[in-house]
Order: sequence, then structure tokens, then C-alpha cells
Amino acid sequence: MTWRPRLADGTAPVLVVLLLLLVGLAIAGPAYDEPAGYLALLKRAAPLMILAIGQYFVIVSGGFDLSVGALVTAGVVIAARLIDGDESATPWVILLVLGFGLLVGLVNGLVTTKLLVPSFIVTLGMLLVLDGATFLWTDGAPRGALSAGFRTFGRGALDVPGLGELPWSVLILAAILVAAALFMRSGTGRTLVAVGDNDAVVRLSGGRVDRLRLLAFVLSGLLAAVAAILLGGFAGVSAQVGNGLEFRAITAVVLGGVLLGGGRGSVVAAAAGALSLEALFTLLNLLGVSGALESAVQGVIIIAAVAYAAHGGGLRHRLRWRPKRTPAQPAPS
Amino acid sequence: MTKKWALVAVAGTLALAACSSDLPEDSSPAGAPSSESRKSEFFDQAEYDRQLRLRTVTPQGPEGKPWEQMLEPEMVDTAKFAKPGGNYRLCFSNAAVDNPWRQVGFKTMQQEVKLHPEITDFVVLDAEAKDDKQISDIQSLTGRSCSAIIISPNTTATLTPAVEQACASNVPVIVFDRGVNTECPITYIHPIGGFAFGAYGAEFLKEQVKPGGKVLALRILPGVDVLEQRWAAANEIFAGSELDVVGVEFTDGDAAKTKSVVSDYIQREGQIDGVWMDAGATAVAAVEAFQDAGVDVPPIVGEDQQDFLRLWVDENLTAVAPTYPTYQWRTPIIAALKILKGEQVPKEWVLPQPQITADTVRDYVKEDMPPLHYAMCGCEDMPGYPGPWK
Repeated sequence: MTWRPRLADGTAPVLVVLLLLLVGLAIAGPAYDEPAGYLALLKRAAPLMILAIGQYFVIVSGGFDLSVGALVTAGVVIAARLIDGDESATPWVILLVLGFGLLVGLVNGLVTTKLLVPSFIVTLGMLLVLDGATFLWTDGAPRGALSAGFRTFGRGALDVPGLGELPWSVLILAAILVAAALFMRSGTGRTLVAVGDNDAVVRLSGGRVDRLRLLAFVLSGLLAAVAAILLGGFAGVSAQVGNGLEFRAITAVVLGGVLLGGGRGSVVAAAAGALSLEALFTLLNLLGVSGALESAVQGVIIIAAVAYAAHGGGLRHRLRWRPKRTPAQPAPS
Repeated sequence: MTKKWALVAVAGTLALAACSSDLPEDSSPAGAPSSESRKSEFFDQAEYDRQLRLRTVTPQGPEGKPWEQMLEPEMVDTAKFAKPGGNYRLCFSNAAVDNPWRQVGFKTMQQEVKLHPEITDFVVLDAEAKDDKQISDIQSLTGRSCSAIIISPNTTATLTPAVEQACASNVPVIVFDRGVNTECPITYIHPIGGFAFGAYGAEFLKEQVKPGGKVLALRILPGVDVLEQRWAAANEIFAGSELDVVGVEFTDGDAAKTKSVVSDYIQREGQIDGVWMDAGATAVAAVEAFQDAGVDVPPIVGEDQQDFLRLWVDENLTAVAPTYPTYQWRTPIIAALKILKGEQVPKEWVLPQPQITADTVRDYVKEDMPPLHYAMCGCEDMPGYPGPWK
């Protein structure tokens, strides 16, 4: 039997949007006449795309993770303080930051599943805790410095024979995306989507709903830590690097056609949504639109995408190509 | 159906929350072309001329100790505040320690206090960059039997009444760094000023960038008088030149935002020929944006942080570093002690404000100090250096 690549429900619209935006960029900007420009866009978008993948796991299983922005800031600040310019500290600090992300995800997941607090509230509380803790530790001005080794991932590139210089962040993104897509096609991944759709049914049919939700939060925290490493590498130490990132990630996921409340959507679409968002902001910037409009644009996108998902279903069905189907005939007795 | 409506409502709330996000309001429109430049409302021609002139005046005071030097001082009598016998409690209302400049300055001030055994108590209240907290901090200090109150105000207009209240309590009040709109403090300590700072950078760019060149101006935040003066001076100089100011953007002093803004402008304009900054904490981020884009770094205005100075030397940049010296944090302690001894102090204590140029930069690079250490701290000869500053 031949294997045909199948796009999951709702992926096609965002890919069309992405294509339009990329064409728009090619028209609007001189930098986009060659692949190097698009590679730079991908490099800039990689942290957001990774965050969107993490957020996808949580949203498709029916939750929200609002703590990722504060987690990114905390990750960068902690790394800078602990490394303090010392190259030899890089490997263990990277592991520590990843472990910290895992831990925060674990706490989020445990409080949601065991204490039955809605994830919106849990992660909002975690956002405040991380924000406050970061401010307490730094008084608002982060100390220390990131080593060159740490910053390679966000800023540097690998020389691939034949393809030239590929940024590390793009390579990491590609690996994560492939892993996520394979995961979602596995049994656990499909059950995760089912949990978002109707967790009572999954529970009754023997699925471990709590464990799956916990897994989703842990993955979200871990991927936020990866994004922290990439963002810290890209821009250096900053106490505001994570501001608003959780809303960007949610916008990206929603733009990718993932249903808020869970149950439908693909991880590739979520990543494409993030890339579209970054491409849109770049296009707006090239056209000279004020940066202050970014928040407004995000808001409009969220509302439009969710409204479309709630009501546009009929439109999708009407537009979908379907072979005519005759009503089922009873089998001749 | 109701579940879906609820979701739309939640999404709407999220979106509204995002609209009021922590992103500060950047009020600036993109681009302020020099042909139709508006004078900044903080621009004061007389003060501007005075500051530019003060850059060339020889200071009075001990050689090699710029934090004790004064430019054109008009002394006032403080005999009525004399409290001989030592045992002083100095109280300090600090606007914030939320940026590296203030952190280095505050450490320097603390070490200065340690040099004087007659100060037995040093009370510090940190307002965390909040006006209302600082107002209540100052009020609480007036009730603490301080020998003298030192204030570094968070903003100019809002803190003026609180400073006047402190003066009314008959304790000598010293204001430094940012100013207030009242003459009641015994002395107001500051380096030459924002106009001079902004002018150093703008003059450098006018010299180095070819006519018609595109200049990007990066500012930290609006509304702080010292920062507004810097931009006002630069705006004035750019207006009188043939440089094209393609953008004036606020960066909050954040490295990530600075890097994105600069990258965006490089993409949008194709080429940036000069970068003016009103403070150099994010100068390195701006330089990195050019490096990442694969273009040469144009003439750039920075400040005296170690990471920028090192980058300047290592990459052979065309740069200048006006300074707003952190050694000014030593002077309020010295002034307080002078007042308590009944010695005269200037009504307005103007400190020298040097700039670091390509000729002098190597003298200021110190490899073993942290990247966000400020070279003009006046702290190298203090006991215990470099320990507390590391």
C-alpha cells in the first residue's frame, strides 16, 4: 500500500497564509530575493516556533500554558548569573536550564491534574511566581554574562558541506519539529489529542488522562527552556526577553488552526502559524508600520482565528472537495 | 454551542490582556526626518549653550579626583547645619537599582561610606523605580532623625513636592543624578548634563558619517529629564547637519529589543550609516545586530561599560563613549560630610563629564572586571577594589 502524506485537519489554511506572506516578503524586501534572507527569518522565528510546538501539546490536550514567557526570562537570567562569562560552566548550566524548564512544567502539570486547578489559573500563577522570583534575584538588572559557547546555539551556525552555513537554531528547530510530528503520529500522541477532545471517553477506555496532561506540560516547559537558550544566545542577557511570549505562542498555535479547548489541530500547523506570525511582523516592519501595532495585530488574529474555528466549520465543509456519496443501502437479505 | 462561545470569550479576554501587555508604550513614530525636525520640548537654548561651554572649563578641586572637582561653583554657607562630633546617620532615598549603571554607582557609594568612620549609620530605601514608593520612602526618612538626606529622584516633576517636604523638615537635603523642580536642596550634584552628553555623540556622528547618511537614534525611555536633554541636543545637532535620521526608537534599555529594532531597521533601510544612543547599556546588542546581518558596523555612540569598550578595541570600531560618570555617586557622601562640618558647598555642584575617544579607550579597558562594569567609577583607588565591584 502506498503511503500518501496526509495533512491533518485545519493545516491547509495556515500553509496558504504562510505562502502568501513569504511571497509578500519577496516583493517587499530586497533581503528576500535570496535564500539567505529566508534563512535569517527562520533563525529569528526558531525560538517562537519551538515555543509554539510546546504550547501546541498543552492546548491540544485541553489546557493553557501562560508561564512560558516568564520561564524564558528566568532561564536566560539564571544562565547568565551562573555562567558569569566562564566557558567551562556552559555544559552544566545548559543542563540546569533544561532541568529547570522540566521542573516548572512538572509543577504546572501536577497542580493541574492532582489539585484540579484549571491550567489557565495554574500557569498564570506560575507566571507571577517566576516574574517575582526573577525580579527578586536581580533587582531588575540581571548580572553576569553568557559565555560564547552558550551563545553559539542562538547566534552561531554550522558549516554543512553542500548547503553552506546553517544556523544552529534552525537545525535544532528542524530536529524538534520532526520529533514532534513523529510523536503526534504515535499512539501516545493521538491519545493526547483525544484527551483534548473528550477526556471522559479516554478515561473510560483506559487511557491515562492525567499522565498525558502532565506529559504535555512537561514538554511545554522543556521546550520553553530550549527557547530560552536560543533567545539568550541571540540577544544576550535581558530581563525582558520573555515579555509577552506566551501570548505570541498562543496566537501562533491558534493561527495554525488548533482549536482552543483541544481536540483538533496538527503540530506542523502550529509551527507554521508561528512562522507566519514572524513573517507577518517582518512584513509589517518592511512596510514601515509602527511596531506598537504588533499587540493589536496579535489580538485581531486570535479573535479572528477562534471565531473562524467556532463558526467556519460549515464553510470548510462546503468548500471541501467531496465525491458524491449515495446513502447506504441495506444489505440484501 | 455555549462551549464555543465561552472559548471565543476567553480568547477575546486573552487578546485584550495582550493589548495591555508589559510591552511599554513606544510613543515614537518611525522616522523623524531632519528636514522638518521639531525642537524637543526639553530643549533650552541657554542651558544647552552653557553645558557645551562647560565641557572646556577647567574644574576646581583636587587633581586626579574628579568626584571632588567642581565647575564654576557658586558656594553657599552651611554653617547652620554644622553638627560637630561625628556619629552621623545618612539617609538615602534611591530611585532604583534596576540598571547596571545604578548598581555600579550604588556599590561605589557604599564603599565611599565605609571610608568615613564618622558615618555610623547609612539608611537606604530603594524605590524600585516607582514614584509613589519613593514619595512614601522620603516621607518615612524625614521621621528617622537623619543627619542628612540624600535623594536620587525617580522622575523630576512627580518627586518635587516630596523633596520640598523633606527640605521643610530642617534636615539638609542633597539631590543628585536626576533633578527636581525646586531650589530648596542645599546642593544639587550632577555632571555637566544631558545636553553635553547628547552633543558629544551627535557631533561625533556629524564628523564621521557622510552627508545624507542614515542615522538611527536609540533611546531608553521617555520622560526622564537627563535622557530627554540628551536627545534634545542630538536632535538640534542633527537638524543642523545633512544627516538623515531614519528612526527614533525606544528600547527600554533591553538588549533583545535593541537587537530586534536595529535588525529591523537594517532590513528596512538596507543600510544604516550611524547609530546614536542615549545610553550605552545596549550598545553591544546594537553592534551584534550589524555583525549578525553580515554588514560592517557603522560609527556608533556607546558608553563606558566594559563590554562595549572591549568590543570597541577588539573589533576596531569607529566609536565614541560619552560618559555619565558613576563617580558622581561618591560626591553626595562627600557633600553631606562637608555640610555637617559647616563647610561651604556649591549650590549646584557640577562635576566634570569626560568622554572616551579612540585615543583613550585602551586606558579604560579592564579585562578582569564584569562586562557591565562602568569604567568611570572612580573606584580603582578605593580600598578593597576590585572585590565589591566584581
